[in-house]
Amino acid sequence: MTVQELAIKMEFSVAAGAKAFNKEVCGCYIGDLLSRVISRSKPSGAWITIMTNVNVAAVALLSDVACVILAEDVEPDPPLIERCDIEGIPLLRSKLDAYTIACGLKEII
Amino acid sequence: MSFLSELIKLVYQVDGDDFTAAGSASSDVKRIMKQLGMDSEITRRVTICMYEGEMNMVIHAKGGEAFVEIDDEKVKILMKDKGPGIPDLNLAMQEGWTTADETARNLGFGAGMGLPNMKRYSDEFQIETKMGEGTTVTMQIWLNGGKKVA
Ligand SMILES: Nc1ncnc2c1ncn2[C@@H]1O[C@H](COP(=O)(O)OP(=O)(O)OP(=O)(O)O)[C@@H](O)[C@H]1O
Ligand SMILES: [Mg+2]
Repeated sequence: MTVQELAIKMEFSVAAGAKAFNKEVCGCYIGDLLSRVISRSKPSGAWITIMTNVNVAAVALLSDVACVILAEDVEPDPPLIERCDIEGIPLLRSKLDAYTIACGLKEII
Repeated sequence: MSFLSELIKLVYQVDGDDFTAAGSASSDVKRIMKQLGMDSEITRRVTICMYEGEMNMVIHAKGGEAFVEIDDEKVKILMKDKGPGIPDLNLAMQEGWTTADETARNLGFGAGMGLPNMKRYSDEFQIETKMGEGTTVTMQIWLNGGKKVA
């Protein structure tokens, strides 16, 4: 499933990185502590977090996740949006909490 | 392996307390390894080691320098700072131990996993530190026959 299909099915709104929406997604990792995320997340997974600062972009890029999903309607900092657009990292937003998003992902991918 | 006829040497200045540019040295090394067509698992391990070292210099040492060497046997990363040093290395190497301040923790740092990650994902890990003088971390990742880390 591509990031785009995922975003449509789960009704995520798009904050940035639309140019990379054809990336394939499989699996997910939930976490906010960056040293955990960088070592434990899986390439091509979705990363669900409530972190909104620009360092999220570096970690997403370095760990090769397919997209970042911001849970609980948190608002991304402008520098994060900007960096995700430049680097081509899909940045999605959801009103749901991380658990509910992960359950939804399990159903559809 | 024949893809590298010459040694590649990279040098980076890492700014202290500039959280917004943080990770740029690691990103650059990753990009170069990809361009060289290097193994993705090796690249992942180098990337983790490099990022953790870079962030530690930003957060704990007001910046420093990173030296990366790639040859046909290994990737060697040397990170050198003139920060405060680490008073108790045994404690610092423990998972979960952190002195990251509130600003850093609010940004998602301070899991106390950086040094343990660096040790775990490198084939050889050395750290030297002196109070008031600084810290030097050396990590090597073999291109062949290195660790398998899940
Ligand atoms: N270069 C350094 N200079 C001075 N102190 C350091 C340095 N690197 C690590 N430390 C000390 O060792 C502790 C543990 O480092 P480690 O990287 O494992 O965790 P952290 O940086 O606190 O959190 P995380 O890496 O998970 O974001 C730090 O909190 C800090 O006190
Ligand atoms: Mg650290």
